[in-house]
Amino acid sequence: MSVIVRDSGFEKDTWETDGGLFIDLEKYGQDVTEREPNKTAIDIPNDVTVESLKGLFNSAAMIRIPFPSFADGRGFSLAKQLRQQGYEGKLRAVGHIISDQYGFARVCGFDEVEIDFDMAGRQPEEQWLARVPKQDLSYQNLLMGKRPLRNI
Amino acid sequence: MYNYNQFDHDFVRNRVNEFRGQVVRRLDGSLTEDEFKPLRLMNGLYLQLHAYMLRVAIPYGTLNSRQMNQLAMISEKFDKGYGHFTTRQNIQYNWPVLKDTPDILDALADVEMHAIQTSGNCVRNVTADHFAGAAADEIEDPRPTAELLRQWSMDHPEFQFLPRKFKIAMTGGPNDRAVTKAHDIGIRMVRNEKGEPGYEMLIGGGLGRTPMIGKVVREFLPKADLLPYVEAILQVYNLNGRRDNKYKARIKILVHETGIDTLREWIEEVFETQKSHHQAPPVEMIEAIEAQFQPPKLDNAKVDEDKLSKVISSDPLLRSFVETNISEHFDSNHAIVTISLKPIGGTPGDATAEQMRIMAGLAEAYGYDELRVSHEQNIILPHVRRDDLPEVYKVLKEAGLATANVGLLSDMIACPGMDYCALATARSIPVAQELSNAFEDLKLQQDIGPLKIKISGCINACGHHHVGHIGILGLDKAGVESYQITLGGDGTETASIGERAGPGFSYEEIVPAVSRIIDRYMSIRESKNDTFLDVYRRVGADTFKEALYPEEAASA
Ligand code: HEM
Ligand code: SF4
Repeated sequence: MSVIVRDSGFEKDTWETDGGLFIDLEKYGQDVTEREPNKTAIDIPNDVTVESLKGLFNSAAMIRIPFPSFADGRGFSLAKQLRQQGYEGKLRAVGHIISDQYGFARVCGFDEVEIDFDMAGRQPEEQWLARVPKQDLSYQNLLMGKRPLRNI
Repeated sequence: MYNYNQFDHDFVRNRVNEFRGQVVRRLDGSLTEDEFKPLRLMNGLYLQLHAYMLRVAIPYGTLNSRQMNQLAMISEKFDKGYGHFTTRQNIQYNWPVLKDTPDILDALADVEMHAIQTSGNCVRNVTADHFAGAAADEIEDPRPTAELLRQWSMDHPEFQFLPRKFKIAMTGGPNDRAVTKAHDIGIRMVRNEKGEPGYEMLIGGGLGRTPMIGKVVREFLPKADLLPYVEAILQVYNLNGRRDNKYKARIKILVHETGIDTLREWIEEVFETQKSHHQAPPVEMIEAIEAQFQPPKLDNAKVDEDKLSKVISSDPLLRSFVETNISEHFDSNHAIVTISLKPIGGTPGDATAEQMRIMAGLAEAYGYDELRVSHEQNIILPHVRRDDLPEVYKVLKEAGLATANVGLLSDMIACPGMDYCALATARSIPVAQELSNAFEDLKLQQDIGPLKIKISGCINACGHHHVGHIGILGLDKAGVESYQITLGGDGTETASIGERAGPGFSYEEIVPAVSRIIDRYMSIRESKNDTFLDVYRRVGADTFKEALYPEEAASA
């Protein structure tokens, strides 16, 4: 079991208890033929091209992107590309993410972060809440007139 | 000079508070040392051989006197009374204590400075030509663009955890004083056939263990497209750069392994997407930045040339200072003064608090309040009236800052090496000192002419040895220091990587070895204007190898 971090704080992960499935990208094409998009989450590896995922955008309510180590920042660019290419479902970051990265994850387009109990114990809720992006003010937004990728 | 707006102030102060919190969380165990490390690195704090080291950003090397005075204050209050100016146009303090560092950062914020992103796997402090805005040969001042990039890179959410560090350098004209071809991105101001200013973009330059010269990825980039284009380069690198081996993680390896043409296609494709999601920076913002880099209102009273040349020629030391340490300013009544931080036998780049205050005072009194730090570890007064030169010289001389050796043999770059650095395999500062002592006669150095010697204490090449006319790399061979010589490197617009001359030399042998190279050069050059690099490029390495290894040459 793990903890889901959202802007409102820590929550239980109810995706699977509510009947949702996590399916590895490589198995996606194979096992089940009839899928309900709103019960389907795809686990993608972090070295995949977004181009190759475009056909699946409407087939999954969630895409989960792994962070094998907090120092591996590929997930940030992947999330950004998915949003830029028009993916509108839920984006979840899973793995070794630290609270200091929560704001970056949100600005890049993630909706939520999945961490284990160990991390949740070591970095309690208030450390994550301190990283909720408060306003749309950043150098990048000021400079590039960027539209936020998701509602912050 | 760029002045912070309210947003800059809030941002920097906020970062200091954040870091203060991170130090507390490290101490209470919320953060492991592993997790704290990239966070402290993003705020410029390294752990070194003897102590922490704090690296303070001096964006594009530009400072005013107030900032220089504050650097002096910090060195006295929190360090041992000196600072080290480095090849990255920043200043490093070698002895701060962890618990003091948030206070140091606050003191920096008081004068609109910070240490953000001077380390870590993110976009580092953007460097630029140290003569920017003053040089006679420039197309446009590169600093407004460098400032734009500084702002863009600050806390960029996508690019804080790149495969490896990322360095951007800029130059404003055809003469490259910023070593742009040895950076992850090198940017050169150019004009297209319509005469519009834009950028030539290079990627994949770098030194370290696999030195490479940057390759042109875009010949002409319109100014308005800069940020989306740079964003595209970074995104392609973040997703495709190698993460399996930290020695192969720089963008130069991606360029090398993927090929510049394929990479260009990837970048251009991402660029199209980026462009459709970003607007160009608002014109008012760009204009507001540019307005802050206007040259100062120069006093244009005509210099009395007769009088000045009499004063200069009456003092041989002043004359040689003027000959070596002065460069041409775009305004004929003014000059650019380079203050050498390479006294004979000293530590290249070190300045005491007192010296910093004197330089700040000179900037205030004679230099329109501007100073620069050069990647060659010197300090520049970019705008000085030529009739003030004798007075400026006098003050510098009293402070031990008037060494007339800019561009000459003893104007060396040396990394910290074994004296401070945890990664060092050999000493490098002492080699610089001994070489400098061996050639202490400045007349001899002047006779030898322009020569760039650069020394690194390990393969990471922080001392730029690959682009030294004579490069010295200190290695460890079974517990003994061994110095490898490279010849013919060049960090300018005609950049090249130096070639290895042969087996290494011991610490005792390295100064005599360099002397033999110089003797050989002196004996074969055609005239005084025939520089070392010219000769090397014309005649090749063999004659120098023969001078370096006389025994082998004799037995061959
Ligand atoms: C004192 C502790 C220092 C450490 C631990 C350190 C570490 C490193 C490392 C590991 C590299 C190789 C990076 C790579 O190839 O991926 C490197 C390169 C470099 N460092 Fe340092 N460095 C230090 C000091 C300095 C100083 C004082 C400067 C000068 C300001 C400097 C400037 C550079 C430059 C110019 C390069 C080569 C250019 C490139 O990045 O390819 N470093 N450094
Ligand atoms: S070249 Fe090596 S010894 Fe010198 S500062 Fe860099 S890492 Fe340290």
